Amino acid sequence: MQALYAQLLVGLINGSFYALLSLGLAVIFGMLNIINFAHGALYMMGAFVAYFLLNLGGINYWWALLFAPIIVGIFGMILERTMLQWLTGLDHLYGLLLTFGIALIVQGVFQNYFGSSGLPYAIPDQLKGGMNLGFMFLPVYRGWVVIFSLVVCIATWFLIEKTRLGAYLRAATENPTLVRAFGVNVPRMITLTYGLGVGLAALAGVLSAPINQVRPLMGADLIIVVFAVVVIGGMGSIMGSIITGFALGVIEGLTKYFYPEASNTVVFVLMVLVLLVKPTGLTGRAA
Amino acid sequence: MTALTDDTLPVTPRAIRDEMIVFVVMALLLASVPFTGVYPFFVMQALCFALLACAFNLLIGYGGLLSFGHAMFLGTAGYCSAHALKVWALPPELGILVGVAGAFVLSLITGYISIRRQGIYFSMITLALSQLLYFIYLQAPFTHGEDGIQGIPQGHLFGVFDLTKPTVLYYVVLVGFLAGFLLIFRIINSPFGEVLKAIRENEPRAISLGYRTDQYKFLAFVLSGTLAGFAGSLKVFVAQNASLTDVHWSMSGEVVLMTLVGGLGTVFGPVVGAFVIIAMQQYLAGFGQWVTVIQGSIFVICVLTFRRGVIGEIAHYFRRSL
Repeated sequence: MQALYAQLLVGLINGSFYALLSLGLAVIFGMLNIINFAHGALYMMGAFVAYFLLNLGGINYWWALLFAPIIVGIFGMILERTMLQWLTGLDHLYGLLLTFGIALIVQGVFQNYFGSSGLPYAIPDQLKGGMNLGFMFLPVYRGWVVIFSLVVCIATWFLIEKTRLGAYLRAATENPTLVRAFGVNVPRMITLTYGLGVGLAALAGVLSAPINQVRPLMGADLIIVVFAVVVIGGMGSIMGSIITGFALGVIEGLTKYFYPEASNTVVFVLMVLVLLVKPTGLTGRAA
Repeated sequence: MTALTDDTLPVTPRAIRDEMIVFVVMALLLASVPFTGVYPFFVMQALCFALLACAFNLLIGYGGLLSFGHAMFLGTAGYCSAHALKVWALPPELGILVGVAGAFVLSLITGYISIRRQGIYFSMITLALSQLLYFIYLQAPFTHGEDGIQGIPQGHLFGVFDLTKPTVLYYVVLVGFLAGFLLIFRIINSPFGEVLKAIRENEPRAISLGYRTDQYKFLAFVLSGTLAGFAGSLKVFVAQNASLTDVHWSMSGEVVLMTLVGGLGTVFGPVVGAFVIIAMQQYLAGFGQWVTVIQGSIFVICVLTFRRGVIGEIAHYFRRSL
C-alpha cells in the first residue's frame, strides 16, 4: 500500500503541473487565440531563473517563487508585444508555428550552455524532511507543491470568474471590439493575459525544480502531455482545466503502480478514448 | 477563419501547363545530379524529405489541416520496411510494400481519431498521437529501442537493380520521388482536390453544398499518411537504418518547417524547402545545438514576414500558381 500511496502522490504532483500549465494555455487561448507551444520552454525558464537567482544572487526559493514568474512573465510580454501581436487576424496555425519556433530557440540556447543533464536545486530548509501520516510517509516538499498549486489554481479561477478584472477579461474574449468601445485598453489586457499565463508556467517550473532537477528539455515532452490534457478537458472552462489536470495526474500515478509499462502513454490513450466517445472534450463545446 | 494562402488562383489548363514545364525541368535537373559530382547521398536524403513534405503539404496546403505528427508515418513505414528487409529477408519491392502498408493502416486509425476535431485541436491531437507511438516504439522489442534497426540489407530491386550501387539507388529513389510527386500533383488537380480546397476556404459552405467534408478530410489524411510512409520506406534504403529520431516530434517540426520555407499550398514549395533545410543541416552540422536555434529563428522569421515561402513569393510575383 505504501508504494500505491507514493505513486498517488507523484500523480498529484504531476497533476498540479498539468493543471497549472493547461490553465495558462486556456487563459492565453481565450484572449489571444493562440496555442502557446512555447509554454514548455517558458516553464523550463522558470526553473532556470530560480536556479540563477539562488546560485548567482543568493536569492532563496521563497523569493524565487515570486520573482521567477514575474521575470519570465515580463519576457513573455516582450514576446507578445514584439511578435505575437502581429498575428492578429491570421489563421490560428501561424500562432502555433511561431510559438513552436520560439520554443526551439529558447530550448536550443539553454541546451548550448547547459547541455542536456540536470542541475540540482536543493529543497528549501523549511520544507525538508517528512511526516508520518500513519498510513504513509509524506515528504513535506511534495505535500507543499500539491497544496500550493491548488491554491494558485483556485486563485486564478477566482480572479477570472469572480472579479471585475476577470469580467473585463471574459468580455474581451467574447467581443474585443465592443469592450474597446467601452474604453477598456484591450491590447494591454492581452499583453497582461499572456504575461499571466506564462507566469503560471514559470511558477510550475520553480515548483518542479527541487523535484525534477533543472534541465533545458524539461518542458519539451511535458508540453505534449499538456496538449493531450487540453484536448481531453477542452479549453472552454477554467475549472475544467484544473480538474482535468489533477485527475489525469492521479490516473497516471495509478498506472505507474498497476501497469508501469503504460505510464508514459496512459494520458494519450485516454485522449484517444475521449475523442472516440465525446469528440468535443469533456467540458468543451463544439468548436 | 482566414485562409492560409491569400491568393488562390484557379486551376486553368495554362496553370497546369506551367507546372508541368517546371516539373520537367526539375526532373531533368535531378536526373543529371550523378554527372555533376554533387554528393548523391545528400540529394537522396533531400528527395525523401521532399516527398514527405509534399505529402504533408497535401494535408495543410490543400486540406487546411496542420498535422504536427507526420513523423509517425515516416518512422512507422521505416520500421516496417526495415523489419521486413532484415528479419523476414524480403526483396526490396516487398519491403517497400510492407512499409507503405504499415503507414496506410496507421493513417486509417489516426485519421479516424484526429479528424474529429479541427484547426488547432487537430494539430495537438496528431502531435499527441505521434508521441504515443514514440513511446510504444521505445518499448517495443522489434524496434530495438534506442539502438534502432541497423545494417539493413539493400538487395536487388525486382531482382535486377543492385541497390548497393549508389548511382542505381539514386535513380530508384528519384523515380520513387517523381512518381509520388506526380500522384500528389494529380490529386491536387482532380475534382477531389478541388473539393478539398473548397473545404479549406469555407467548410460550412462546402457542407451546405452537400459535401460530406469529414470523408474528404479523412481520405486526404490517409493519402497523405500513406505517401509519407512511402517516403519513409525509401529513406530506409538510403540511410540503411530505422531509428527513433524518425518518430520524434522534432522530426514532425522539421517537416512543417520545410513546407513553410518553401511555401504552404504550393506545388513545388515543399521540394525547395526540403533541399534548403537539409542543406542547412549538412553545412551547419558542426554548430551543434545552434542548428535548433537557427531552425527556430527561421520559423519565427517565416511566420512574421515571409508567410508565402520561397515558391509562394515567386508565384505571387509572376501571378502564376506554382
